[in-house]
Amino acid sequence: MIAALGALVRSRALVQSLVSRELKARYRGSVLGFLWSFVNPLLLLLTYTLVFTVILPNKQPDIQPYFLFLFCGILPWTWFQASLAESSGVIIAGGNLIKKVLFPAEVLPAVTVLANLVHFLLGLPILFAFLLWKDRLAWTAVLLPLPILVQLVLTLGLALFLSALTVHFRDIQNILTHVLHLWFFATPVIYSYAALSEASLLRRVLRLNPMTHVIVTYQQMLFHGNVDHWRGLFLAFLVGVVAFAAGAFLFDRLRDTLAEEV
Amino acid sequence: MTAPAIVGEDVTKVYRRFTHRNQFKTLKSALLTGSVLSDLRPEEMFTALDGVSFDVPRGSTFAVIGENGSGKSTLLKLVAGITKPTRGSLSVEGRVSALIELGAGFHPEISGRENVVINGVMLGLTRREVDRRFDEIVDFAELREFIDAPVKTYSSGMYMRLGFAVAIHVDPEVLLIDEVLAVGDEAFTRKCLDKIAEFRRRGKTILFVSHTLNLVEKMCDDVLWLRHGKTALRGDPKRVVDAYLTHVATGEDAQLASREAAAFAATTEGPPSEAAPGESPGASGYRPGRWGSREVEIRAVRLLDGRGRERHVFTSGETMALAVSVHAPRPVEDFVFGVGLFAADGTSVYGTNTDIEGFSARRLEGDAEVRLDFEGLSLVEGTYLVDVAAHRRDGTPYDYLRGLNSFRVKSRTRDVGLYRPAHRWTFGGGAEVEIPEPRAELEFGDEPGA
Repeated sequence: MIAALGALVRSRALVQSLVSRELKARYRGSVLGFLWSFVNPLLLLLTYTLVFTVILPNKQPDIQPYFLFLFCGILPWTWFQASLAESSGVIIAGGNLIKKVLFPAEVLPAVTVLANLVHFLLGLPILFAFLLWKDRLAWTAVLLPLPILVQLVLTLGLALFLSALTVHFRDIQNILTHVLHLWFFATPVIYSYAALSEASLLRRVLRLNPMTHVIVTYQQMLFHGNVDHWRGLFLAFLVGVVAFAAGAFLFDRLRDTLAEEV
Repeated sequence: MTAPAIVGEDVTKVYRRFTHRNQFKTLKSALLTGSVLSDLRPEEMFTALDGVSFDVPRGSTFAVIGENGSGKSTLLKLVAGITKPTRGSLSVEGRVSALIELGAGFHPEISGRENVVINGVMLGLTRREVDRRFDEIVDFAELREFIDAPVKTYSSGMYMRLGFAVAIHVDPEVLLIDEVLAVGDEAFTRKCLDKIAEFRRRGKTILFVSHTLNLVEKMCDDVLWLRHGKTALRGDPKRVVDAYLTHVATGEDAQLASREAAAFAATTEGPPSEAAPGESPGASGYRPGRWGSREVEIRAVRLLDGRGRERHVFTSGETMALAVSVHAPRPVEDFVFGVGLFAADGTSVYGTNTDIEGFSARRLEGDAEVRLDFEGLSLVEGTYLVDVAAHRRDGTPYDYLRGLNSFRVKSRTRDVGLYRPAHRWTFGGGAEVEIPEPRAELEFGDEPGA
């Protein structure tokens, strides 16, 4: 795991240029260009707001205004979900690099996760603007780097794991879409975790999901303005570290096979 | 020579043959042992390189030659570190730049400028080093006016040029080249060769894989010939290239022979056809075939070399003989034997027959042999088809074999045309030339001891 981190740090110049290439290439040729980084989360928010205020109105008192609550969770979730969905295919897509250039393969999933992190960070100012507008921006927002770090470690680990495994089992790409879908509903993004009764089975299941704790922390820091979910966040961090170690181990074991199997 | 820059000992690379069935098995063994192969049966594996040992002294130019699928590219990938040897060891000293696929990693949507930077970093330069060499790279690629356009708008030549320019400016200690010198027009290829020559002068190590054998001979200090993943021969470029060419010619010989046998067999079966399908040996409409009454039947046509061995590949200037076995079931008194040589496109090169040359037929019965000797086959390199016929003096065919036999002429000289008259250059007055080193033409037919 230390070795994997070291490799990533050593190739940071490469990671950096590839991330900026990802960002540049993504919207190249579109009319709005880089503005899409802002427009995308807004449109996503609009859709969910429409669904949960007009079609299936959510009236829970502790999460009003609902669209704002939703925004606090959906922004980091998008980062998580897009990172995993993209990283599962990233080694296959970058097969040319791995086969033809001496290239540290772990850079590819890392670039995916980091490029999506940048999108997430670009979405934050919009969120802050909304929070200011509704007068909800609290000091706890300065603690954001903590859940971001936890999520980064967890996502990187899973991305390493998925990217290497997908080379051997391309089926993963198809299954993953549905797993992520289910995972989304198993994470309190569109509903409130606090509102679930302490003893309920659902809450006990949700507690096993590391993303629950990450998302709840975001919601507390941004929306509620008071944080008491430290223990959960710490557990999520531990899970993240384990995921990273496992991902790095698997990736390392499969590394030599990647160039041949791609 | 100083310490070697690349040392390979007993380098072996085994790939698994692609089957879906083995996915779980290979994954399991990869996880447990770090290798996909440990659980596979021999027939599920393919040995691309088999115990190859070699060393490349620092500052020398080393070429790997061999037929397609002989393991050349695998060797290059191993040296580049892209894959690991299954067995044996391989060590490389110094920064390696591999020109295996030019422009691998270019992103089509972004500009040439941004791609140069990213590709440079990918190949191991720092950001600052790329910036410092940027102008040089762009000038070398001759792409200054297009450098800000997205790479997807480049022609394939421009793409390759930019790829080559970046890779060569990484300034490696060890340069690996995989048959990529055909990257552009004549002028750019020359420029690449100059750049490689400059590398050699500066004492860099070069390992390259090529099918351009005269380039290999000209540039390399040492040549390794791989055959089915094993070392066939290694050493002095001239010697190895000659041995390789001989081997290739022998292979071609076997191919021509079997094709000929098949063509001949196809025409002897079935009833003899009566009419000649348009007997005009023009350049167009030349189609191999066989016709005639078979009152005289051609049983076999053999091409022989000076030592009487059957061959299908000859060196320009060599002796070639055409031995024809015929059979006449009943006595025949009116017969003419003819031979025609044609270029691959059907152009007539030479034609003659026994009548033209004044032989008058007396009698032919039972088995007979006719032989035509060419002393010094004055043809340039190429494939030639042979017509052999037995017919009446008025031209009515007994047995006409059109283009069923063929042979190849090989030559070191790249002269053009069909016919090579014996010739000699003389220079006088103010003209000064360097006389080329006299070289023996290749001699085929002997498989070298590997």
